[in-house]
Amino acid sequence: MLELKNINLSLGEFKLTRINLKILSGEYFALLGMSGAGKSLILEMIAGMIKPDSGHVFLNEEEITNKKIQNRNVGIIFQEAALFPNKTVKENLAFPFNKKKIAKKKIEQRVLEIAQLTDVNNLLDRMPETLSGGEKQRVAIGRILALNPQVILLDEPLSSLDAGKKNDFTALLRKINRQGITMVHVTHDYHEAVSLANRIAVIHNGQIEQTGTPKEIFHRPNSKFIADLSGIKNFYTAEIVDENTALLENVVKITLPKMEDKERGFVSFKMHDVVISLNKMQSSICNQFEGKVIDIVKLTQNIEIVVDANIKIMASITYQSFENMNLEIGKTVWIGFKATAVQFISKTVD
Amino acid sequence: MKKPETFNLLFIALGGVILLFLFAPLVGMIFKTPLNDLFSTAKEQEVQKSIILTLLVSFCTTLIFAIAAIPLSYLLARKKFTGKKLIMGLISLPIVIPHSAAGIAILGFISRDTIIGKIGASLGLNFVGSSFGIGLAMAFVSLPFLINAAVDGFLSVPVRLEKAAFNLGANSFKTFFSISLPLAWRSILSGLILMFARGMSEFGAVVIVAYHPMITPVMIYERFSAFGLKYARPVAVIFILISLLVFIVFRVFSNKSKIIKIRP
Repeated sequence: MLELKNINLSLGEFKLTRINLKILSGEYFALLGMSGAGKSLILEMIAGMIKPDSGHVFLNEEEITNKKIQNRNVGIIFQEAALFPNKTVKENLAFPFNKKKIAKKKIEQRVLEIAQLTDVNNLLDRMPETLSGGEKQRVAIGRILALNPQVILLDEPLSSLDAGKKNDFTALLRKINRQGITMVHVTHDYHEAVSLANRIAVIHNGQIEQTGTPKEIFHRPNSKFIADLSGIKNFYTAEIVDENTALLENVVKITLPKMEDKERGFVSFKMHDVVISLNKMQSSICNQFEGKVIDIVKLTQNIEIVVDANIKIMASITYQSFENMNLEIGKTVWIGFKATAVQFISKTVD
Repeated sequence: MKKPETFNLLFIALGGVILLFLFAPLVGMIFKTPLNDLFSTAKEQEVQKSIILTLLVSFCTTLIFAIAAIPLSYLLARKKFTGKKLIMGLISLPIVIPHSAAGIAILGFISRDTIIGKIGASLGLNFVGSSFGIGLAMAFVSLPFLINAAVDGFLSVPVRLEKAAFNLGANSFKTFFSISLPLAWRSILSGLILMFARGMSEFGAVVIVAYHPMITPVMIYERFSAFGLKYARPVAVIFILISLLVFIVFRVFSNKSKIIKIRP
């Protein structure tokens, strides 16, 4: 298990504050956050490139906080692969073996095995500058595998790859993870995190905001930042007025499932749970508001409609519904959502 | 026909003035020197010895000082420490101070009554009036060219590559010799050539530390002051041609060294 305990670090004006993480052996763990959140710093600290001001890093219960970078058995893959430009692919793959006293033939054999696993065996004599982004990342991961690491740290490894290459590379990452190697993957893309990770930690402004499974994170986000990151766009500050009513943004009252205590917090509901109609609906939908269409965002499969009903509410509808209702900016519509679609989050982080 | 732009015409004219200023005196000197004089001067043993001494001392000085100057450049490029800017400024100081003043400073440092001079004397080395003294004077004025080029070279190597090497188990020595040095090599080589070229053309500092054995710039001066322009000119022409030849050979060699594209 990889464990970070109460890590604090100041770098100029930026601070990592009370970072606590437990990453299980063999787990695929994603560290999700916007650029500048401190994700890469955490990776470099685990790798031993930066020392924390305070706190401890443990790997399999052994403290490695002050252990030399060379002896940690943790490999790191950088965003730009960081292949040595003066060495061929083969020399890059063999680089970790050179410090060990291993027979040349054995090194050659191991390099070929790794090249086979990472599918770079036809690139061995090429120089890094002639490789595509995906090929470079494959060589970089092969070079790390030569270390036989317990943990692989990945710093935005997919960001420089095009869509097709991303799928190939994520398949390779899963394959390596299945061999029992713990993976810690840093990304700003929540799709990437959800598709790969068993668990996710969300980092914002140098602090871990939430840790959990992808389902826990994106269905029960505990801050506006996480909600924004996950694409939940209907997210409001809320105050419970009585057991079934909440006041959103101090402006609009909505009905929500029964609440026991008066609390402050957030309310979120998904765009897909919002219904738009031209007249007030006779239905079980108890949250209905009249408003004006103020924005229309046409996407490939659906259209996002923004309605001003004293608070901005976003709905996602099909092209067919859009045409049937003749929607346009300025048009008055009714907007509704069921009380059961509303999620109240009492914990406030932001 | 397309009318040439005023901008281009103006810049070409200004550039032409500079080129004329640089080349006209050299070309004029070469054309003013009769071939007979050139051949007879080239045959003089004193001249031959002087040219060989100049090239050899400058070459050896460059190599010997590079052993310590390259690691210093690496430290300056990579490490953060108090007084770094001051050190960088001091390194470039020999470029701006009069070289005769530099010669006096070196003489004060290596003369027989100083600690260094005494240590040298106990080892049978006399720095003043010897090839060693010439080498020290050349190094003093030419080291900034090597150090500045090497610092630039190391700065162009992404720190991330060195971090990757450490992460792959390499120690600092292996990382330096297999990653940092090869990737900065082109700049370092350029610095080595500049240091060598600057060293062999040095007059001001060398003439104070060691008039004898006579390097060619001192010989040119001596012949000019004793016998006049006509007598000094053939030695100057021969030295310029040889310097040019050596410089071209080194440049060709450095251009052939592999260009490694470094992306961070």
